[in-house]
Amino acid sequence: MSLLTEKESVFLAEKANAIRVSIIEMLLEAGSGHTAGPLGMSDIFAALYFKILRHNPKNPTWEDRDRVVLSNGHICPVLYSTMAHAGYFPVEELKTLRKFGSRLQGHPHREWLPMLETSSGPLGSGLSQAVGMALADRIDSKQNERTVFCLMSDGEMDEGNTWEAMMLGAKEKLHNLIAIVDRNNIQIDGFTEDIMPLEPFADKWMAFNWHVIEIDGHDFQEIFDAVEKAKSQKEKPSVIIARTIPGKGVPEFEGKYEWHGKSPNKEEAKIALDALRTFGGKVVSEHE
Amino acid sequence: MLSVSQKLSPKLFDHDVEMVPIRKGFGEGLLEAANLDPRVVGLCADLTESTQMHFFKNAFPKRFIEMGVAEQNLVTVASGMAAMGKIPFVTSYAMFSPGRNWEQIRTTIAYNDRPVKIIGSHAGISVGPDGGTHQALEDIALMRVIPRMVVISPCDAIEARKATIAAAKTTDPTYIRLAREKTPIITSEESSFEIGKANVLFQPVTGVVDIAIFVTGALVHNAILAARILEKDKIGITVVNISTIKPLDESTILRVVRGAKAVLTVEEHQIAGGMGSAVAEFLGANFPIRIERLGIRDEFGQSGTPVELIKYFSLDEVGIVNATRALIKKSA
Repeated sequence: MSLLTEKESVFLAEKANAIRVSIIEMLLEAGSGHTAGPLGMSDIFAALYFKILRHNPKNPTWEDRDRVVLSNGHICPVLYSTMAHAGYFPVEELKTLRKFGSRLQGHPHREWLPMLETSSGPLGSGLSQAVGMALADRIDSKQNERTVFCLMSDGEMDEGNTWEAMMLGAKEKLHNLIAIVDRNNIQIDGFTEDIMPLEPFADKWMAFNWHVIEIDGHDFQEIFDAVEKAKSQKEKPSVIIARTIPGKGVPEFEGKYEWHGKSPNKEEAKIALDALRTFGGKVVSEHE
Repeated sequence: MLSVSQKLSPKLFDHDVEMVPIRKGFGEGLLEAANLDPRVVGLCADLTESTQMHFFKNAFPKRFIEMGVAEQNLVTVASGMAAMGKIPFVTSYAMFSPGRNWEQIRTTIAYNDRPVKIIGSHAGISVGPDGGTHQALEDIALMRVIPRMVVISPCDAIEARKATIAAAKTTDPTYIRLAREKTPIITSEESSFEIGKANVLFQPVTGVVDIAIFVTGALVHNAILAARILEKDKIGITVVNISTIKPLDESTILRVVRGAKAVLTVEEHQIAGGMGSAVAEFLGANFPIRIERLGIRDEFGQSGTPVELIKYFSLDEVGIVNATRALIKKSA
């Protein structure tokens, strides 16, 4: 395993923070949307788009790019924000989120934003699509040329469709497929373990014959190592169960399921932006 | 009389008319499409031989995916494969696909604009003894309401073969409805088939149309038999095979109904939302005329032989003749 340099870690932390700031700004402007999930997944998105992925924002249809399927489409503010910061489209466009005529639909729609790999929103169908992509690559003998990532939520594991995909992925030994589950323990109605218990979560994936890696979803080194480990696995698909804190980066929002499906008002956004711009009080905000 | 230009099977009215399951035409068509285009892949939910995908599977084992009994996964995996440039054909019984996986078809295939071809076999009451659980009578409605989705319902095995080959060449999400039972071969290799085109198969000798019958699927044969009976009573019937339900061939429909007293639609489907509804919606806005829809009237099917069930629901030639006579009376 290679170690991230101090410089790389700082770079990724700054990117993740910029992604979070944009998420709050775009949600405030939109007046609706999901907050907790996008903030919780910002570190993983930063690690993917600024370190791990083979992609080219200037040539989004590049044939050999890695594929990223966002299954839980409702966390799209983090996808849009990350893609904008990575150079796919202007950061300024983020302010159009959920507005009439915007390319940034309330849930991702690839017809409006063709650089997306898929449209999503209805839960539980992303992993199947990622399995389909990996299968196509196996038929074309391209399994070693690119990786298919599926980003998904723990809440959507309630969907039977997901388990169908798990069975097929393992049966077909799709080693170029990496699922990353946002294990943030919340869903709309409350904590996952109250709504529909998932534990023993890792054991379930293991029993379904997946290569399972559990990490702290806010630790760049762990994210990076996990993907490396997953890529070296040539027998089965891998799942990275990333423990994350919903609302991460804004202490007032962290860990609260109430923030799953709502956007911040002006005052709440100010609190959030203050926290983010000072890195939780570590630096002095330049915006004061 | 039969439309000469359609070059229909010369044995159409014979007792030993050739009988082939419509689904078999699909199986042969898929094999042909796969030979023509390496992008064609096949996925099946544990009904490979039953949906006639085994011809393809045996010829192209590496391009075939056995999905197990998982129809939601069937169509979503196909969407992912299509995203990588494949042209997936997915098969199951119509009751389960598109019966069970409608939202996945809507979002991951149609909304995503992926060229996935959904094959719903064993549609209609003519599945017979399996009973109501297995008799898809709502699938046309489910599919035609989805934007972009093309809906095809071939009248015989030859047309099913042509429809499959044609569907493989388009980028449209497409639903093809198939029947299980052996049914008469109506068309011939020379008959024309084009997605989006309806064909007039029977027309009045006199040229005077009393009733225009629009019919889809295997019931086309019964409609032609009925037209011939009515012809002997000097009732002018035009029979149009609506093999593509969406997009509807509006110009042919308009041409045929001009001069007719009324319209009869015939299908093995709920009368709500099916082919008859599509025709009625179009004519209601463009050429108001009395329309009678023959089909299943807001009820479920049951066990029985296909012949018994077709008769029970008045979709045999006698039922079509009676419905036509009643319609003429009402329209007088």
